Amino acid sequence: MKKLVSLALAAMLALSVAACGSSDTAGEQTTGSTDAAGTEAAEGGVLKIGGIGPISGDAAIYGQAVMNAAQMATDEINAAGGVNGMQIEFKFEDDESDAEKSVNAYNTLKDWGMQMLMGTVTSTPCTAVVAKTAEDNMFQLTPSGSAVQSIAQPNAFRVCFSDPNQGLASAQYIGENQLATKVAVIYNRSDVYSSGIYEKFAQEAANQGIDIVAVGEFTADNKTDFSVQLGKAKEAGAELVFLPIYYTEASTILAQAKSMSYDPIFFGCDGLDGILTMENFDASLAEDVMLLTPFAADAEDEKTQSFVAAYEAAYGDTPNQFAADAYDAMYIIKAAAEQAGITADMSVSDMCEAMKTAMTEITVDGLTGNGITWDADGEPTKEPKAVKIVDGKYTAM
Amino acid sequence: MSFVSYLLNGISLGSVYAIIALGYTMVYGIAKMLNFAHGDIIMVGAYVAFVTITGMGLPIPVSILLSVIACTVLGVAIERIAYKPLRHASKLAVLITAIGASYFLQNMALLIFGANTKSFTSVVTMDPVVLADGQLSISGETIVTVLACILIMAGLMAFMRFSRAGRAMLAVSEDDGAAQLMGINVNGTIALTFAIGSGLAAIAGVLLCSAYPALTPYTGSMPGIKAFVAAVFGGIGSIPGAFIGGILLGVIEILGKAYISSQLSDAIVFAILIVVLVVKPTGILGKQVQEKV
Amino acid sequence: MKNTAKRMKGNTATYGIVVLAYILCEIVMRTGHMSSLMKGLLVPLCVYAILAVSLNLTVGILGELSLGHAGFMCVGAFTSAVFSKCMAQTITVPTVRFLLAVLIGVVCAGVCGLLVGIPVLRLRGDYLAIVTLAFGEIIKNVINVLYLGVDSRGFHLSIKDVMSLNLEEDGMVIINSAQGITGAPTDSNFTLGVILLLITLFIVLNLIDSRAGRAIMSIRDNRIAAESIGIDITKYKMLAFSISAALAGAAGVLYAHNLSTLTALPKNFGYNMSITILVFVVLGGLGNIRGSMIAAVVLTLLPELLRFLSDYRMLIYAVVLIVAMILVWSPGGIALRERILAWNPLRKREKEVQ
Repeated sequence: MKKLVSLALAAMLALSVAACGSSDTAGEQTTGSTDAAGTEAAEGGVLKIGGIGPISGDAAIYGQAVMNAAQMATDEINAAGGVNGMQIEFKFEDDESDAEKSVNAYNTLKDWGMQMLMGTVTSTPCTAVVAKTAEDNMFQLTPSGSAVQSIAQPNAFRVCFSDPNQGLASAQYIGENQLATKVAVIYNRSDVYSSGIYEKFAQEAANQGIDIVAVGEFTADNKTDFSVQLGKAKEAGAELVFLPIYYTEASTILAQAKSMSYDPIFFGCDGLDGILTMENFDASLAEDVMLLTPFAADAEDEKTQSFVAAYEAAYGDTPNQFAADAYDAMYIIKAAAEQAGITADMSVSDMCEAMKTAMTEITVDGLTGNGITWDADGEPTKEPKAVKIVDGKYTAM
Repeated sequence: MSFVSYLLNGISLGSVYAIIALGYTMVYGIAKMLNFAHGDIIMVGAYVAFVTITGMGLPIPVSILLSVIACTVLGVAIERIAYKPLRHASKLAVLITAIGASYFLQNMALLIFGANTKSFTSVVTMDPVVLADGQLSISGETIVTVLACILIMAGLMAFMRFSRAGRAMLAVSEDDGAAQLMGINVNGTIALTFAIGSGLAAIAGVLLCSAYPALTPYTGSMPGIKAFVAAVFGGIGSIPGAFIGGILLGVIEILGKAYISSQLSDAIVFAILIVVLVVKPTGILGKQVQEKV
Repeated sequence: MKNTAKRMKGNTATYGIVVLAYILCEIVMRTGHMSSLMKGLLVPLCVYAILAVSLNLTVGILGELSLGHAGFMCVGAFTSAVFSKCMAQTITVPTVRFLLAVLIGVVCAGVCGLLVGIPVLRLRGDYLAIVTLAFGEIIKNVINVLYLGVDSRGFHLSIKDVMSLNLEEDGMVIINSAQGITGAPTDSNFTLGVILLLITLFIVLNLIDSRAGRAIMSIRDNRIAAESIGIDITKYKMLAFSISAALAGAAGVLYAHNLSTLTALPKNFGYNMSITILVFVVLGGLGNIRGSMIAAVVLTLLPELLRFLSDYRMLIYAVVLIVAMILVWSPGGIALRERILAWNPLRKREKEVQ
């Protein structure tokens, strides 16, 4: 009986090893055929860009947005003639927002023949993958990995703001506009994004004359009930509650605040974007919520509107800021590749060197900001926009 | 005054845990298995209610009823397909199957409903009750949840004691072989247990999402584990034990968060569980089983 | 005697499989035929194989269900990563540094296992399972609130935030609470992984064949009978439990030194991981060391090989779990299997020989 099980398992193992062994050749074959197809379509060959992010697991919403928007941008770029005559081929792999799975996804993409990486979506996996891309000297542009270490290597750049930047900007905004002096913070301690913003916010608060009267923490395991954190904020008399968290938890916080008749100003960062597009969300709960975000799906400009319309038509969802970051990321790669004169036959490492220089030279007008520029350390320079929710719509402030 | 409000919140959260724990404990008492998929049935119940209320615009009582029916059917189906063939197999095999069923439900929900968080409309339309000059405000959800929990508890106790089917359940949980010899339909009784447990899970799901409206395919898993802890806390297999365990767990969690440390509240809950089990190895109301050689 | 000889043969086969697999992988890798995905998976495969073997000691040999195995892995991972990060400049030979890290990780996890074992092993069955789950969650929770920094004045500990560590200019934050440890040297490699796996197998297989091992199995089979013939139940239970924890620690060390970032998320050190390891053990066969090793390898590869199915792969993984259990354990499944076996001439001959 046991013998049978182990026999069956051994057979499966042998099969899987065989599958692994042959996957190499299989991979080459498909590469060959797509290459052939590519050359038919375009003179310049094919540029293979990989993407990594969670499309299953509880962070799936971010990965799916990035995957969809990046694919959309790819199709647009290809339809308009590609990059330097090259067609872009885009492939996205799942990492379940787990560092180990993310490295597996990276290796899978490498087997596929990836030449540049647009990812990863979440911060902790990004930190793990960036060490690997640095080893291989592959160009990496993360749309949304916002932790400081996520782009610690010279080959990595990002589209979004870094966490400390957001914390700093939020504190400055609250201070300069004198929104409140007594502030409470509720943040997710187990999340790199959330704690990164909080730490910088707390440092800067003193300079801005902001008094942090209550700090409510929660963790990934413990995010159903926020009555205690809200209760403490209420007791301490906070006029403003700062929420450097994602909108899923924020929606619960807003609902619970209402049920305990507590009505301070709620102030958030880009993670709150998407709260209005949450299916069936009662927008009156979010009335007067302020947030600093580089992207707002209801913005008036033509670029945003056409992007939102195209995205809604293709995927039936309103895009969030992750989608916007990813869309921009593809166009940033295009701009930098054109600046650097990338051709399909360059080695991955040569490409990376050329892209690194080109990134510091380009200026991109994207959905998430106008005139975005980059330093050699990979940080973007762009203005955050503050918006306020009025009558269920974003209104610029 | 804040203490009272924390306490009430704790009781409300605990009531949800208690309703979920009832499902765990009934199934454990009769089938002697840990039904890890129970937490995910809660999630399914909440999704069904969400779709029927928001998508189809059905009246709330109808959609709650639909959600209970859907979960009951689902629970019985899972039992029939995944657990029944393993009735006499090793306990661990059943545990793994239950885990498989749990993964299956989560990923199925992910495929059907997508990863986007849905905002659940509260089924409670009652306004908060404000006491002590606005210092204490009790939400409608809290009141309804606690009442529902007490009603379910009392109903279940009466059912077990007075109905034929309930007594059959007791008999099967005591000794299924002997029960079969007495003419009790063991398979039917076990299916009925799963049906009741899953129906309760649907109610728990609706109540949980009314109080905490973010609904995702993973909504059920953490409350599921906590309720499992609550069931063990009170003595698994015991219905009043699940009630006491659930309420205690909710209160400890909230008060621990309020007065000790908000990040360590889970550690506190688990530490107290360990202390209780070390002092009383079968939980608060658990039966001490004498081992025979 | 005959039994012992058969066992010895089985054990040799187990080592043989590992060595053979290692040589095979090395050949494929050296000749440049191995895909990057496979290369990246080699160390994790060793990690999971060690975890499965060590958990089998608790679940299969000792017969106690443990749902907190990932907690011990977590202890091993974090203690060793702290060591390696501090010593990154002092000890420059990666292998030496790694072996010292293994030693530290194993000892810490083992001690932790001993401490947890004292209250836990008094309980039985599902109560024991839930308490191990609780311990695993506590370990993860505590690490998630911890800040640890080092500067010229020594170590600083805080559970509040980074600022309250009061580090000097040259200070370095080692554990940044939930953000974990970043930048610990990635010292592990496939060869070291296989060596650790072989050591684990050696310890576990020899324990099973020893006097202590037989005592442990007698406790599993009948506790009261074992007690009545004078076996010190507590001692042997503790022995098995803490060895199992220590070996999980070794797996944690390997895990921690494979990637440049280490965080204690519910996914990698929570009960989910404990359950994943348990799945390996049950699918590989309780008490069957070779089986759990193979199951760990197959089940880790499965989701990766199913990548082309993208959205459906975790769903298929779930179905595989259910179907495998029903095929192996249910009466219908057993009948089906016997029909297939009766048909298989090769298997029949084997039976006659026995």
